[in-house]
Amino acid sequence: MSKHTLSVLVENKPGALARVAALFSRRGFNIDSLAVGATEHPDVSRMTIVVNVEDLPLEQVTKQLNKLVNVIKIVELDQSAAIQRELVLVKVRADNETRSQVVEIVQLFRAKTVDVSPDAVTIEATGSSDKLEAMLRMLEPFGIKELVQSGLVAIGRGARSITDRSLRALDRSA
Amino acid sequence: MTEHTASPRRGEHPAAPSHGTPVVVETMTGAQSLIRSLEAVGADTIFGIPGGAILPAYDPLMDSVKVRHILVRHEQGAGHAATGYAQATGKVGVCMATSGPGATNLVTPIADAYMDSVPIVAITGQVSSASIGTDAFQEADICGITMPITKHNFLVTDPAEIPQVIAEAFHIAATGRPGPVLVDIAKDALQAATTFRWPVEMALPGYRPVTKPHAKQIREAARMLVNAKRPVLYVGGGVVKARATAELRILAELTGAPVVTTLMALGAFPDSHPQHLGMPGMHGSVPAVTALQKSDLLFTLGARFDDRVTGKLDSFAPGAKVVHADIDPAEIGKNRPADVPIVGDAREVLADLIVAVQAEHEAGRQGDYGDWWAKLNEWKKTYPLGYDPAPAGELSPQQVIERIGRLVGPDAIYAAGVGQHQMWASQFISYEKPATWLNSGGAGTMGYAVPAAMGAKAGRPDTEVWAIDGDGCFQMTNQELVTCALNNIPIKVAVINNGSLGMVRQWQTLFYNQRYSNTVLHAGPSPADSGSAAGDGVAPQQWRGTRIPDFVLLAEAMGCVGLRCERPEELDAVIEQARQINDRPVVIDFIVHQDAMVWPMVAAGTSNDEIQFARGVRPDFGDDLD
Repeated sequence: MSKHTLSVLVENKPGALARVAALFSRRGFNIDSLAVGATEHPDVSRMTIVVNVEDLPLEQVTKQLNKLVNVIKIVELDQSAAIQRELVLVKVRADNETRSQVVEIVQLFRAKTVDVSPDAVTIEATGSSDKLEAMLRMLEPFGIKELVQSGLVAIGRGARSITDRSLRALDRSA
Repeated sequence: MTEHTASPRRGEHPAAPSHGTPVVVETMTGAQSLIRSLEAVGADTIFGIPGGAILPAYDPLMDSVKVRHILVRHEQGAGHAATGYAQATGKVGVCMATSGPGATNLVTPIADAYMDSVPIVAITGQVSSASIGTDAFQEADICGITMPITKHNFLVTDPAEIPQVIAEAFHIAATGRPGPVLVDIAKDALQAATTFRWPVEMALPGYRPVTKPHAKQIREAARMLVNAKRPVLYVGGGVVKARATAELRILAELTGAPVVTTLMALGAFPDSHPQHLGMPGMHGSVPAVTALQKSDLLFTLGARFDDRVTGKLDSFAPGAKVVHADIDPAEIGKNRPADVPIVGDAREVLADLIVAVQAEHEAGRQGDYGDWWAKLNEWKKTYPLGYDPAPAGELSPQQVIERIGRLVGPDAIYAAGVGQHQMWASQFISYEKPATWLNSGGAGTMGYAVPAAMGAKAGRPDTEVWAIDGDGCFQMTNQELVTCALNNIPIKVAVINNGSLGMVRQWQTLFYNQRYSNTVLHAGPSPADSGSAAGDGVAPQQWRGTRIPDFVLLAEAMGCVGLRCERPEELDAVIEQARQINDRPVVIDFIVHQDAMVWPMVAAGTSNDEIQFARGVRPDFGDDLD
């Protein structure tokens, strides 16, 4: 098994997310991470889906996704040629004694302290999942009170855009 | 199917405005807009039942002179009728139901159409948009429910969208790999005032079926075909749907390669053609199954390597390379890796292949299948389809079906239910033309035959239509005979009545030590064995005696002619009698013996190498080709 990052452009229509999610579960594929958001085009949303599958089933899931009428385009982003980011918000136990150590870790990982209270700080960090994992390992000894993490979002490196052509097609058909 | 319209091409939008088409803009209700849209896309027949949420649509439907609505007795009947109509005519079938239970009753036929890639559009009423999500009376999230069994579905709450959605629904259903599309329309959208505009522009940026095959792949496929020693043209339902049967015949005769047609493709290639080996699969002919198994090239056209064809997948056709042409890219490589994948419409694929094979021939490369045909002909001769005669004086089910096929001939349409009778109908009726065989292949929906035959007859009233049904299937959907009787849809129904759920019983005979749990249909509990064991060990005379229900009386009660046939000497006369009656539907109750089994058979989950010609008899293939 290996991890694959799929960028899926879908029409911004009710039910599009449900169709994609249902397809994964119906065909027996597990989604590791899923992020949905707007794009530069108001009628198009972009899903970034991380799946953990072999190559052959990946081909099958891509083909099945392509059959969904609301799916405009699917691109697999090669990890080495793409920027991949996750966001984590984490509330760590920190009192007068430990706060400075916690803040030091925050600075090391170029994260941000976004909220402070007498016995906790809340940290916002973005980065690759490796980096975030490393930071969380360092914070764990202080006591993680609460953690929330976004799905992964990714974009290819260089000037080329995966949306160019498909969005032009959309403008034509609209 | 004689009509040969061009297959849809990429970017071709049939409802798009073209020069000379008058543009219509009128104010009306959403319901009127719906009916106008249906007329505009060419729907001429709708099978349905009204109810609360769809009620607004039924009012303008009453005034439509272009659309005939056929009032069915159960929504499932409407769905299968739409499927039968679509398969018999090549047009999109339409069914209509109300919200909630009306819509959920369509689930089975929609799933059935999805599995067999039949173009139908289901229109359902939905509760008013303000009530959606509140568990309102007769509310069901039918879009959510049918998401995995439709090609696409729409929920319409804005009446202005109705014409565009209807145009898109019909376009999606009919093009690419065909399939069912559901349009769920909220009641307030039907009631509101709106503007009907036609023609409409479709907006389907994510829907671009590829129909034109890749030239390089075609050349490679043609080269493999002429170089193969043991090729088989493995033909599926896609060839019938693409109306590519004429092209198939040209390619087959040009190359001399043997042809097998799957359950969904019967009639795609004449059964009587010397190059035809029969049907592959679990109950396929020995030559067809074995040819695939021993082949060195599976030349696959619009087929999908279904488990009922391949048997145990990893031992299926172990020595074969695979050319796989299909309109659905997801089918290619799904079950069996393809050496040469071809995405395209079967008609265009075949047309291009013919040219490519001719080019090979002109270059002096021609397939030599002489040794292969020697083997194939030997298997054909040694292992023809056949059956054991019934006990003296009794009817055998195979004989009944064979005689119907012989007397009625290849111009009629035959619709089967699911089970033993379906397999016998696939084996012992000769199919010479496409769209003459309708059945539920993928879903295996019992009860398919009567409503599908009704739909076929409604679509092709001048064609003789026979439902070959089992007594189990018949009891699931026979209510549609009332619809047939009241709407002048005179179908013939042959009930192959063996008093049991025959196929399940056959499996109990073979795999469950002849313990016939709940497969005897006509017997009630006897003192010796009551409850769930009822029927186990019941003497033939006892189960034969009950005859509940009496199908002849049932048929008469529903406005049909009911006939019964119990002895071989009456057989031909009863069939001819039924053929003479054309003012009403006819039901013939053929009382057949209970123990007939479907052979050949590849037991589920086993290799096709283990095919049994008859019980316990495995053909001797020799080993020289292994």
